[in-house]
Amino acid sequence: MKKQAINARTYGVKPWYDPRVRSLVYQTLAIALVFWGGWVLVENTLSNMASRGISTGFGFLDETAGFGIIMHLVPYDATMSYGRTFWVGLANTLLVSCMGVIAATVLGFIIGVARLSSNWLIAKLALVYIEVIRNIPLLLQIFFWYFAVLSNLPSPRQSADLGSALFINNRGLYLPQPVPQEGFGLFIAGVVLAVFAVVWVAKWARKRQLATGERFPMVKVALAILVTVPFVAYVIAGDPLGWDVPALKGFNFKGGITVIPELAALWIALSLYTASFIAEIVRSGILSVSKGQTEAANALGLPNRLTLRLVVIPQSLRVIIPPLTSQYLNLVKNSSLATAIGYPDLVAVFMGTTLNQTGQAVEVVAMTMAVYLTISLLISLLMNLYNRAVAIKER
Amino acid sequence: MLNEASGIDAQSSPGGQQPAVKPDIIRIEGVHKWYGGFHVLKNLNLTVRQGEKIVICGPSGSGKSTFIRCINRLEEHQHGSIIVDDIELTDDVRQIDSVRRDVGMVFQHFNLFPHLTVLENCCLAPVWVKKIPRKEAESTAMEYLERVRIPDQANKYPGQLSGGQQQRVAIARALCMKPKIMLFDEPTSALDPEMIAEVLDVMIELAGSGMTMLCVTHEMGFAKTVADRVIFMDAGEIVEQAPPQEFFSNPKEPRAQKFLQQILQH
Amino acid sequence: MTDLSVMPPKKAIGPIQWMKRNLFSTWYNVVLTLVVAYLIVTSVGPLISWFFVDANFMGSDPKDCSGAGACWVFISQRLDFFIYGFYPGEQQWRVDLMFLLLAVAFVPQFIERFPGRKWLGLFGVVGLPVAGYILIPGGPFGLSEVESTKWGGLMLTLILAYIGIIASLPIGILLALGRRSEMPIIRGLCVVFIEVWRAVPLITVLFMASVMLPLFLPEGLNFEKLARALIGITLWQSAYMAEVIRGGLQAIPRGQYEAASALGLGYWRKMGLVVLPQALKLVIPGIVNTFISLFKDTTLVLIIGLLDILGTVQSTVTDPSWQNVAVEGYVFVAFCFWVFCFGISRYSQSLERKLDTGHKS
Ligand SMILES: Nc1ncnc2c1ncn2[C@@H]1O[C@H](COP(=O)(O)OP(=O)(O)O)[C@@H](O)[C@H]1O
Ligand SMILES: [Mg+2]
Repeated sequence: MKKQAINARTYGVKPWYDPRVRSLVYQTLAIALVFWGGWVLVENTLSNMASRGISTGFGFLDETAGFGIIMHLVPYDATMSYGRTFWVGLANTLLVSCMGVIAATVLGFIIGVARLSSNWLIAKLALVYIEVIRNIPLLLQIFFWYFAVLSNLPSPRQSADLGSALFINNRGLYLPQPVPQEGFGLFIAGVVLAVFAVVWVAKWARKRQLATGERFPMVKVALAILVTVPFVAYVIAGDPLGWDVPALKGFNFKGGITVIPELAALWIALSLYTASFIAEIVRSGILSVSKGQTEAANALGLPNRLTLRLVVIPQSLRVIIPPLTSQYLNLVKNSSLATAIGYPDLVAVFMGTTLNQTGQAVEVVAMTMAVYLTISLLISLLMNLYNRAVAIKER
Repeated sequence: MLNEASGIDAQSSPGGQQPAVKPDIIRIEGVHKWYGGFHVLKNLNLTVRQGEKIVICGPSGSGKSTFIRCINRLEEHQHGSIIVDDIELTDDVRQIDSVRRDVGMVFQHFNLFPHLTVLENCCLAPVWVKKIPRKEAESTAMEYLERVRIPDQANKYPGQLSGGQQQRVAIARALCMKPKIMLFDEPTSALDPEMIAEVLDVMIELAGSGMTMLCVTHEMGFAKTVADRVIFMDAGEIVEQAPPQEFFSNPKEPRAQKFLQQILQH
Repeated sequence: MTDLSVMPPKKAIGPIQWMKRNLFSTWYNVVLTLVVAYLIVTSVGPLISWFFVDANFMGSDPKDCSGAGACWVFISQRLDFFIYGFYPGEQQWRVDLMFLLLAVAFVPQFIERFPGRKWLGLFGVVGLPVAGYILIPGGPFGLSEVESTKWGGLMLTLILAYIGIIASLPIGILLALGRRSEMPIIRGLCVVFIEVWRAVPLITVLFMASVMLPLFLPEGLNFEKLARALIGITLWQSAYMAEVIRGGLQAIPRGQYEAASALGLGYWRKMGLVVLPQALKLVIPGIVNTFISLFKDTTLVLIIGLLDILGTVQSTVTDPSWQNVAVEGYVFVAFCFWVFCFGISRYSQSLERKLDTGHKS
């Protein structure tokens, strides 16, 4: 017995044939390759930048930008620094992204539900919308809204006015701006009070329902509270809100809020485009809840409204939310198409003008990419938290 | 054909001119294995002689699959030694490769390659691993398909066959590598009752040809006709080893008794 | 409430019955139907007259357009430019030949049971790039050279999308395998690569390719703008491709890997002969869908100054000799993209359904 064991054809210890050694070697090689590649790139970049007379580093962020930006949410003028242009661009990107997410969600849910409507005409209309919009490039849609629709609007002098406070022309949409006056704080307090009251009543109603089984007409009561309390506060404070109405001065409107056509076109196109994808997600999410679930709920005696609220919606949300967040992410990324029509988003301002003026390609591109990377990591982090919460409920 | 494959014509020739003990082909000494902190295999020792047929049984989760999968290194053991056909299973990939060439395996769920026809399934390894010319591999494959009685299905895809047929293809596929040892991991437990017999018939015939076989199964009839030894495992240990008549008629260990009682009730 | 109820039951019902059930079932459905029908009727009429009735189809210059309807003269006059860009007229047969080969290779893929379909597909993936590499830029066989700066229009769009998808396939496969590798460092590198590319918008990638790539490369070595864009698109696309393929790899049961190992197949043979053929087949619909996205996204190259089909149209609608033809131009491009994307997405849906049933049986 012993003899055979000794006779066993072991090949000796050739490390190269040990998979562990191999994997170690491969991984070391991979790391080495990455570092070598990185080093070569850095080397080349440094020498290229030196020969073009561009200094490296982030010092340029403190230099004066010297160019104007047509729209800024943070205070900005041409005397400010390149660093400030970064924040201006970022704020504009976030603004159009948020507006787009809200509009696309609302529209997408409406169309997704319409797609399942029992009304043949509505269902088909939703289908046509989805199939047309999502098969046409977004950039083309942005161009369409910007160059074909919005720039064909009348000039400021022939502005279309909607109710003498709202004006649309080829320079943008002009809205009256609310200006809080004395006593506005009271109104805000009324709103806050109403919200707290609703939360408290909801908690109480739920407790009571769990304890006694009595139901409470929560929606109606909540609406009543939310409308009356702020209204009373508003009246007591004596109409504390003034309006800054835009007015034609010279060649253009002054005052009020201006929605520049670049923002409008981008917002409309992004929302319509993303909505077509969200609609499909919503549709398949609702369809994914099997008929058996509805039947089981009906068999338990739940009325249709409650079946929808307690059984169908919670389950379909679980299917809808992950792809929905990835659509939001797409929307944020797609907002960078702003560059093509000159809406001053992060890419247009920072990666466009600032990069062109300073030539600091590496720093600027790295900062821009870092922003998108951060946004995407944040969203996937939230997604993971959500998934974990759902997974716990599943047990 | 099968005789030739197992390469033991001389020794297993009828008449038994050589009553001498046949050489050991598998030697397992002091094998332990853990999954994380869970001790799956505990000090397993087993020596299998050439041509021996061994049936392994035991309750579910007792480590039977893990054990036989260690023999062709689908699982890694962490302690002890496994020597198959004089080749020790170490980390050396060449040794693992040559062991796998000598050891065929049949799985519970067949694991045929659904994108390849039956014939292509059988030829894949001979052509790519053994570098046998395609023509030759195909004619060998056809012979084995005849042995398992489905030569007419050679150009169908696995999805078009019944479970029993698929399992017979899986046996033929393993045999095409002309292995010295065949491992079976519950080959009939995913099959409908009427298909079990056709697979067992093929296995019995294979056993008759002198192949060394290790078979995890609860088919008692098969064990009684074919097995030289029955090994009973529980909780990662080999609890009892005995010839089948002895094991089934009077098991010594209480755990084996209890297990047999349970499977006999059904 | 589902789609099923939208379809009339097999039993024949009269149109009145059908309308009652599907259009006027409740009071709010009556209102909705009427409102929507009114909107459709009032908007379809003007649209039809703009598109067809009042439109001008014949002619050769802006004066032939009345202005009441669409000016399709504009499209027909500039069609050459929209399709070939600045590719010289007497050489355009080379591009036409490529279009033809493209059609020969891929149109049969839509037709089941087309003889030799697989071989044509293989030609489309392997032979076509070679043919294109010879025909389009010219050089060998006495074909006169045409620099890439002259390529444009639909031809450029197809080149970008086609090369983007073909080149990203092998890289995507490697990345997907790497992401499922047991070696933590390889896995980590692949994850970082994939996630970074997927997180950033294509524009930043194109910017990077056009402004940063020249900085990265040693002095003297430089690519044309088109090549740089292609490198960027390919890397970006391969990250998406990797995720699609990873989905397929995950769907292959462990038993397949084990059976292949038990037969003695090594890692690359196991993957190449057993796992990938199955995984790739599973993800064909996914690959087709990423292709559709890529196809639409190629329009972004106009931002870095390449003239794809949208670029050619955009540069012409701002041409002062043609007034107010933006809508016509956009409609034309939209139509091209729509036909293509809609057709392909239908194909991929039918494939998905087929694969679905294939799995159940
Ligand atoms: N990959 C694994 N990781 C962790 N535990 C495992 C793994 N595979 C098997 N086990 C555990 O090891 C034990 C033995 O499994 P197995 O060998 O499949 O049992 P048997 O084949 O006898 O039913 C079981 O308890 C099982 O849960
Ligand atoms: Mg088992």
